[in-house]
Amino acid sequence: MNEASAGAAAGHAREDGTAAGTEPVLALRHAAKAFGAVQALADGSVELYPGEAHGLVGENGAGKSTLVKILAGVYQPDAGQLIIGGESVTFAGPASARAAGVAVIYQEPTLFPDLSVAENIFMGRQPVRTARRIDRGAMSREAAAIFTQLGVVLDPGRPARGLSVADQQIVEIAKALSLEARVLVMDEPTAALTNVEVDRLFNVMAALRRRGTAVLFISHRLEEVFASCQRVTIMRDGRFVLTAGTDELDIDTMIRAMIGRELGAMFHKTGVTPGEVVLDVEHLERENVFYDMSFAVRRGEIVALAGLVGAGRTEVARAVFGIDRRTSGAVRMLGKPLPAGEPSAAMAAGIAFVPEDRRQQGLVMDMGIDHNVALASLGRLSKAGLIFRSAERRLAMTWAQRLQLKYGRMRDPAWSLSGGNQQKVVLGKWLARQPSLLIIDEPTRGIDVGTKAEVHRILDELAAGGVAVLMISSELPEVLGVADRILVLHEGRLAAEFDRADATADKIMRAATGQAAKEAA
Amino acid sequence: MTARAQAPGVPRLASVLRAREAGTAALVLVVFALATLRDHSFADVNSVQQLLVGASLVALLGVGETLVIVTRNIDLSVGSVLGLCAFVVGDLFRHQHIPVWSGFVIAIALGAAIGAINGLITTVARVPSLVVTLAMLYIVRGVDAKLVNGHIVLPSQVPSAFAAVGYRTVFGIPWLAIIVAVVVAAVGYSMRTFRPCRELYAIGSNPEAATLAGIASGRRVFMAFLTSGALAGLGGALFLALFAQVDNSAGLGYELNVIAAVVVGGVAIFGGSGTVVGAALGALLLNTIQQALVAVRSSSYWSEAIAGALLLAAIAFDRWLSLRVARGLRSAEGAHRDLATAGRGSAS
Repeated sequence: MNEASAGAAAGHAREDGTAAGTEPVLALRHAAKAFGAVQALADGSVELYPGEAHGLVGENGAGKSTLVKILAGVYQPDAGQLIIGGESVTFAGPASARAAGVAVIYQEPTLFPDLSVAENIFMGRQPVRTARRIDRGAMSREAAAIFTQLGVVLDPGRPARGLSVADQQIVEIAKALSLEARVLVMDEPTAALTNVEVDRLFNVMAALRRRGTAVLFISHRLEEVFASCQRVTIMRDGRFVLTAGTDELDIDTMIRAMIGRELGAMFHKTGVTPGEVVLDVEHLERENVFYDMSFAVRRGEIVALAGLVGAGRTEVARAVFGIDRRTSGAVRMLGKPLPAGEPSAAMAAGIAFVPEDRRQQGLVMDMGIDHNVALASLGRLSKAGLIFRSAERRLAMTWAQRLQLKYGRMRDPAWSLSGGNQQKVVLGKWLARQPSLLIIDEPTRGIDVGTKAEVHRILDELAAGGVAVLMISSELPEVLGVADRILVLHEGRLAAEFDRADATADKIMRAATGQAAKEAA
Repeated sequence: MTARAQAPGVPRLASVLRAREAGTAALVLVVFALATLRDHSFADVNSVQQLLVGASLVALLGVGETLVIVTRNIDLSVGSVLGLCAFVVGDLFRHQHIPVWSGFVIAIALGAAIGAINGLITTVARVPSLVVTLAMLYIVRGVDAKLVNGHIVLPSQVPSAFAAVGYRTVFGIPWLAIIVAVVVAAVGYSMRTFRPCRELYAIGSNPEAATLAGIASGRRVFMAFLTSGALAGLGGALFLALFAQVDNSAGLGYELNVIAAVVVGGVAIFGGSGTVVGAALGALLLNTIQQALVAVRSSSYWSEAIAGALLLAAIAFDRWLSLRVARGLRSAEGAHRDLATAGRGSAS
């Protein structure tokens, strides 16, 4: 699917690639921004031409988000020049950026959950009739018209609360469309989308480009940048590295430019002979969600749960850990049966569970890094109900070192860390308990290439050290590169099982989409 | 496919809000009907007038409180402001003999001024409004006590034209209730219709997104506090008209009644949703329950316990409702996603 759209997009690039000699609609030159002692952006430059999709890539901490916020008018740069439509401009705030035709879709959704979808699109610019009264009918019609134009089905009258991430992004795009933005900046819009939704987004991007909108597309998934963009700008350590056409680059060159060094083998695999069975799942079932799950995870083994989003992978993990109740079946940890629906029992039995949504489920964002790391080990760190601060700090320091955490001070709140480092803190928090089974859901979602490799290295080390790992991942290269054994789920059932040696991307995709079953029948 | 058939339709925002208001109104009627069954005089004209008048001041203050709570703030100073304004205007009447209309103007202006201070400290100094208005509650109460200093305003000192506002009726409906109903209707309409008012909801619903959307949050929150203060000031003038006697205990503890009414009326205590009409209905419901308990000769102590229980019930109900709505939204969306995946499967 992705390859197909990649080909299509490349075709577009040749057909309607930016004509040489046109003025850039937006140019940011040598922008700098510091926060206290931290130079978030040292020399940021980017030029966008009408009708182009322009990728912006770089590791976490390369200054992409700061650059985006400067374009959005959220930050005022300390130095540098911003030119829009040939004129030098300064943004006083987000409102003036919007007025200049720059719309931004942020990584974190910025919707108002309590308000209707239509009002979310038009907040602050609602269509009005006499006496500046909001014209709800017109607002609803205009929103519906935009959705039709985008080819999506969404009720403008429903509240924004409960929208899927993909639909939230559709609302954000509709907002940008209603602004008739000349420049649309998308900060990692695909991080939480399924393949179908990513395809839909790319179609919308193509439609925008045809209207002459310039799209700045920020993503960690380099394949997507190749699939959807004509040109790409690479940043490293807060500085502009290069801008080039995507047809002049390949992924390896891009990664080298991003990290400024040769990337070793993406996946390092230590050969370990699996030991005794740690987790034994028998006929586990949760009605209407998944059925008849039987599998085992051994000491020193990494088992991946693959499948499409919605196939029930996370749900299986949650039922094993006891967050969700199970309808029937048994879960045994080192031979001892686990009670249903008791995460505390699962923890006591040596299971650690690192959820996918680390912001909401894994970290206390306002608490310090050290507190976050120690959170799951407080029992060991306290006597008579009192927590020993020094023991807490020691524990946090140990794991910060082992995981090569990049942080300012141990007491800094968790939100001050980049996405990749937040993931490491969540890992550290659970690893500090020295679990015998680690369940990890999408271990590298939304984190940069360098940190990704580190997370993979950590998983490999853990397995080599005798931990059993159950990993859920939507990224096939990760599944193929990291796992010893791959279980493929399709619509709540175990569709196939592959050993590392004979697993291929093609086989997994066939099983995950239900093709394998059809062929067998 | 079966999943899709089971999934309820996606609820529309407007209908959810209307349902909440209708629910509160229905509860008022149920309590009223039950009390009337036990004591037929509960439905007398006098008794109904009492119900309306008794709810009026809390409903009026609830309007301003709703504006503030919707922005994820709170105004605890409304009771004190009401008391101070009532006394100041009464004192001016007896010493300066000012015209009757100016009594309202002065009360509103004084209330607005205190509201403006609350708003300034909250938005400029960024002190949590809970702390700011708690401090203001005590400061204003202290100033009030100093001013009163034993010289209570007596009915004989209030001009009869002014006091008339408190007891006159039009077609049997008390002026007081009409004034409050007009304010509720006007502010309720504005809250649905004008951009700055809609922005109050946006600010409370997601403060960061509001900033990113270019909303002048500080200015809007300031206006909400100013309005709350002004309405508390108006409430002071109406208090004086209604009781014609003001000591330094006027409005004591009103802030809690007001917040209870607002929450019972469906305004989310953490901002972002709720309507002015709902808040007014909440005030009416609490007052109706209180009077009903008097009518059935239950101990007056119970009325407070019941108000508390009702508050819990309202919060639990809202929580349940929002969970249910969220579940409805999610499952409808799940079906939508399944369809998309199915479409993809057949396409490839």
